[in-house]
Amino acid sequence: MKDLIKNKLALFGASTILVMIIIALLAPLTATHDPSAINIEDALTGPCRTHLFGTDALGRDIYSRMVYATRVALSIGFIAVGIAALLGLFLGSLAGYYGGKVDGIIMRFADIMLCFPAFFLMLSVIAVVGPSIFNIMIVIGLTSWMGMARLIRAEILSLKSRDFVSASKALGASDGYIILRHLIPNGIAPVLVSFVFGVAGAILTEAGLSFLGLGVQPPDPSWGNMIMDGKAVMGVGWWVILFPGLAILITVLAFNLLGEGLNDVFNPRLKRQ
Amino acid sequence: MKRPRSLLQSSYLFFANVRRPLCIGAVFLFFLASYAHAGDAPSYGDAFVSASIGDARTLVPVLASDSASGSIVGLVFNGLVKYDKDIKLVGDLAKSWEIKNGGLTIIFHLRDNVRWHDGVKFTAEDVKFTYEKLIDPVVPTPYSGDFKKIKRLEIIDDYTIKVVYKEIFSPGLASWGMAIMPEHLLRNEDLLTTDFSRHPIGTGPYRFKRWRSGDRIDLVSNHDYFEHRPYIDRYIYRIIPDPTTMFLELQTESVDSMGLSPLQYKRLTDTSFFKQRFQKFKYPAFGYTYMGYNLKDKRFADKRVRQAINYAVDKEEIIDGVLFGLGRVCTGPFVPESWAYNKDVKATPYDTDKARELLSEAGWIDSDKDGWLDKDGEIFEFTILTNQGNGQRKQTAEIIQRRLKDVGIRVKIRVLEWAVFLKEFIDKRRFEAVLLGWGLSRDPDCYDIWHSSKTKEGEFNFVGYANSDIDWLLEAGRSTFDIEKRKNAYHVIHQILYDEQPYLFLYVGDALPVVHKRFRGVEAAPIGIGYNFIDWYAPKAEQRYRQ
Amino acid sequence: MIGYILKRILNLIPVFIGITLISFAVIHLAPGKPTDLMMEMNPKADYEAQERLDEIFGLDRPLHVQYLTWLKKILVLDFGISFVDGRPVLKKIAERMPVTILINVLALIIIISVAVPIGVKSAVARGGLFDKASTIFVFAGFAMPSFWLALILMSFFSVRLGWFPVSGITSLDFENFSIFGKIFDIAHHLVLPLIVASIGGLAGFSRYMRQSMLGVLEEDYIRTARAKGLDESTVIYGHALKNALLPIVTILGLSIPGLISGSVIFESIFNIPGMGRLMVESVFTRDYNTVMAGLVLSALLTLLGNLIADLTYFYIDPRIKAGG
Repeated sequence: MKDLIKNKLALFGASTILVMIIIALLAPLTATHDPSAINIEDALTGPCRTHLFGTDALGRDIYSRMVYATRVALSIGFIAVGIAALLGLFLGSLAGYYGGKVDGIIMRFADIMLCFPAFFLMLSVIAVVGPSIFNIMIVIGLTSWMGMARLIRAEILSLKSRDFVSASKALGASDGYIILRHLIPNGIAPVLVSFVFGVAGAILTEAGLSFLGLGVQPPDPSWGNMIMDGKAVMGVGWWVILFPGLAILITVLAFNLLGEGLNDVFNPRLKRQ
Repeated sequence: MKRPRSLLQSSYLFFANVRRPLCIGAVFLFFLASYAHAGDAPSYGDAFVSASIGDARTLVPVLASDSASGSIVGLVFNGLVKYDKDIKLVGDLAKSWEIKNGGLTIIFHLRDNVRWHDGVKFTAEDVKFTYEKLIDPVVPTPYSGDFKKIKRLEIIDDYTIKVVYKEIFSPGLASWGMAIMPEHLLRNEDLLTTDFSRHPIGTGPYRFKRWRSGDRIDLVSNHDYFEHRPYIDRYIYRIIPDPTTMFLELQTESVDSMGLSPLQYKRLTDTSFFKQRFQKFKYPAFGYTYMGYNLKDKRFADKRVRQAINYAVDKEEIIDGVLFGLGRVCTGPFVPESWAYNKDVKATPYDTDKARELLSEAGWIDSDKDGWLDKDGEIFEFTILTNQGNGQRKQTAEIIQRRLKDVGIRVKIRVLEWAVFLKEFIDKRRFEAVLLGWGLSRDPDCYDIWHSSKTKEGEFNFVGYANSDIDWLLEAGRSTFDIEKRKNAYHVIHQILYDEQPYLFLYVGDALPVVHKRFRGVEAAPIGIGYNFIDWYAPKAEQRYRQ
Repeated sequence: MIGYILKRILNLIPVFIGITLISFAVIHLAPGKPTDLMMEMNPKADYEAQERLDEIFGLDRPLHVQYLTWLKKILVLDFGISFVDGRPVLKKIAERMPVTILINVLALIIIISVAVPIGVKSAVARGGLFDKASTIFVFAGFAMPSFWLALILMSFFSVRLGWFPVSGITSLDFENFSIFGKIFDIAHHLVLPLIVASIGGLAGFSRYMRQSMLGVLEEDYIRTARAKGLDESTVIYGHALKNALLPIVTILGLSIPGLISGSVIFESIFNIPGMGRLMVESVFTRDYNTVMAGLVLSALLTLLGNLIADLTYFYIDPRIKAGG
C-alpha cells in the first residue's frame, strides 16, 4: 500500500477513479438537469453557466448526461470484468489445481478463445441478441476471462506444492475449501491487476460498440453513444463530442495508471530493488 | 404496386432510380431554383461523385433490391417505360404502347435503334427473356408479383411485343419500368451466381467500368446512348459507410452529392462556404411513417381507442422534434403529391380531452386513481416495437410514450434487430403496436397492405385489417385504367382509413438531397431532381476531374 | 527442433476444430435464417424461391449436419458463397485482406519502432521524468477511443487544414497515376489511419519492453558486464537490449487479434475497404458464410502468428536451445 502511495501516477489514477465512483453514486445530486429531458429550443448551446458542457442536438444537458453515463461506464466496466474474473478464477483454479486432462481441456479452450479477435466475436453476438447494457456486460465477460484464468492457474501451480496446502489436505480439507481459502487468496494479486486493466478495456469496448450502433442504446446515456450521437453535429458543436471523449480518456487512463502501479507493487522481481 | 421497404434505406438516393418505377424514392420539388447560366453551351467532361452508405449487392436487375444496387442498375439499364418529370409514364425502350381489349392487353412498340453496351442489338427477345426470369419460381426476385398477373407474353416481331393479362391490372403498365436484361449474355447463366452481377452490360446512359468492393463503382458515359450522349463523362459511386465521414467528404468537395439528414439540412449547411458550393433541395419523400396496431388485440379492435390515441399524439411535435420541421402530418395511406390523395381528409387536432372522452366511452377509466387507465382490473399498457438503427423512429416512439402517459396509457418501447423484428414479431403477429414506415411507388395501388386476403404469414396486412368496403374499393382501383374512376376509389379509401385508424398515421418526411453547384441543368420537377441527369453538365472552366 | 515443430503443429488440430466450432456456434445463435432477410422485400413471398435458397445454402438440414458439411468444405478452403451477392466468400475476403494486412503490418512497424526506444529509455531511467511522461503519453494513446481520435484528426487535418484526404485509400484518378504517384497517393491516404491504428498499441509494447528490460538489467551477466567496466551504453545496447527484445517476439503473435479488432473501427470511419469492414457488413446482413469465414481465418492468422513467434523464439533464444 505504501508503495502504491509513493507512486504518484497510480495515486492519481486511484483518486480519479474514486471521484468517478462518487459522482456515479450521487448522480441524482451531481447532475444539474434531467439527463434525458429533451428541449429543442436549447439545442446545441455551447458551454455556459446553466449548461456546464453545453447541450446536444436535442437540447439535453451534456454534463448531466455524462454524470449518468459515468454510472453506465463504471457498471459495465466492473460487472463485465467481474463476470470475466469469476469465470477466469473458476476455470483457472480448476485447471491449476487438478492438472492433467481438466487442465488440458480448459487451457486449450482458453487458447482457442484467445485466437479470435474479441471484437469480431462480440459484434457477431450483439448484432443478433441486441445491444442492451446487460447483453454488453455478458458478452464482454464471456470474451475476456482467458487472461485471468491463465494467471490464476500459474499462481496455483506454484502454490499447490507449498506446505500449507499439504497441511490443509492432511487435515482433511476439501478441494473446494483449499482452493477458496488458500490458493485463490494467495494468488489473487495478478488477477487484481488484470481486473483493473480489464475495466479500462471494457469501457473502451463499449465505446467501440457504440460506434457501430451496438453499444448502450439511447435514451440511456453512455460516453460512447454520446460521441456517436454527437459526431453528426460536431461541425456546429465541438463540445458535443469533446467532453464525453475526454471522460473516456481520463477514466481509462486512470484505470491503466492504477493497474500499472499495482503491477509494480505486486511484481516480486521489482520489489527486490 | 406497392413496394414496401424499410425507409431506412431510401434517404441517400434521389435520382438514379427514376428509370425503375418500382424503386423510385422521391418526388416533387418545392424548391424551384434557376441557376442555369444563360448562354452557356453544355460541355462534356468531368465526373459526378455520389456517395452511399452501403455497397451494391448485385447488378442483376431482377435481383437488385437494395438502394445502392438499384441506383447503379438505374443508370446502366433501361425499362420499357419510365416516369417523366411530371410523374407521367412515357416510353423508354418502348417508343409507344397501345392498351387494348379494355385493358387486358398491352402492345409495346420497341425502339429499333438501341444497342447493348457490347454492340449487340436490343430486341423483343430480351424483353421476353427478362419476363421469363421474373416469373421463374427459382429466381428469388422481389419483383415477380406484378408479372404473375400476366397470362401470356408474345413476340409479334423483333420490335413489337404483346402482353396479355389474366384480368385488368392497371399497375401493370408501370411495372414495365423494370430494367430489361440482355438475353444473349444471360441465357445460360444462373442469375444467383453469374459474373454478370459484377460486370453488367445494359442499354443505359452509362456503361459499367469498374467495381472495387466496398470502395467505389465507376461508370463511364455511353457515347451511343439512344437519347444522346450524357454530358458528364464519369459517374462515380463512392461507398462511405459512416454518415459523418460522408458529410466531411462533402465539406472537402470530394463528394458532389448526398442526402442530408434534417439536422444537417437545418443546422450544418447554412454556412457561406456551403452556400457558395452546394445547392440544397427539399421535397417530400414518397413514403410515410406510422404506428400500426395489432387489430386482433381486443383493446385495439375498438375503433374508439384507436381514434383516442390519434387525438392524444401531437404529430406536429414529432415533426418539430424529430424532423426539425422537415416533414408534414400524414393523414392516410397516400402522400400529398399523389393523385390518389384526398385533400378533404383533415388531420385531427391534438386534443387530450377528446382522447380521454373517447377512452372512457370505450370503458377505460382510472378507477383506482393511480394515474393509469384501467378496465376490468387491468391497466392499459402496451409495447411499441420498432427496428434498430433508425434514430428517428426511436425518438418518435419516445414522444408517443410521453403523450400517451398524459392520457393514462402506459407505453413501453422495444427496439429490435431488423431480421428478428420481421420474422419473429411481424410475421408471427407477436406485437401490440409497431412503429414502421412504408416507402411507396408512384402507383397508388395498396392492395397488399390493406386487403383482407393479405394477412397470411409474410404478407403485408400484418395488422390484420379487414373491411369489405375497402376490399371492394382496392379491387376496383386496380382493375381499370380510367384515372378518374381510380381517383374516386382511392379518395374513398383514404377517407375510410383515416376515420378507422388501423394505423396511427404519423408523418411524411422530406428528402433532402444536395448537389455541387458546378453542375448546371439540375432542374426541380415533381419527380425530384435526377430525372434529367444526362442533361447535367459542368462548364469547362469549373470541371474538377480530367479523364 | 523438428520434433518440437511437429508437436506444436499436432497441437493445432484440436485448436483448429475448436475455432471452427465456436465460429459456427456464434452465428447460429440467431433466430431466423439469413435467407429470410433476402426475401424480406417480397410481398408475394415465393416459397419456392425461399426453399431454393435454403437448399443452395444447406439451411434445410439439421445443425450438426450443416456443421460437418461446412467443416469438410473449409478443409479444402471452400468457404461457400456469400448470402449477400452469391460470390465465393474466399474471393470476397481475398479482396479485402491485403489492405488490412498492409495497414496492420505498417502499424506494427510504427508501434515497434516507437515503443521499443520508449520502453528501453524508461527502463534505464526508471522513475525519471521521461519514464513518467512517456507512461502518461502511451496510456493516453491507449485510452482514446479510436473513432473519437479519428474524428478529431479528420476534422482538423482534413477539413480545416486540407492536408490529408478525409477517407478512402486512393484518389479518383488513381488509375492514371505513375507507379510512384500511386504509392504516394496511398501513403497520403494512410497517414491518419496509421496514426489511429498505431497509437493504441504503443502502451502495450512499450510497457512490456520496459518490464522486460528491467528484468534483464537485473540479470547476473549484466552485472558481470558492468563489473568488468564496460561502458553503460555497451552494456545496455550491446547486451541487455538483445535479450530484452526476445519476449517481444512472443507478443507480436499475441497482438494480432487486437490489431484485427481495431481494424473494424478505423476501417469503418476512414472508409477503408478491408477485412474489418467486411466483417461488420456481413454481421449486419447476416451473411453467415462470410462471418464464419472471417472468424475462422482471423483466428487462424493469430494461430499462425503465434506459431511463427514461438518458432522464432525457439530458434533465437540460446537458453531454450541449450535446455531443450
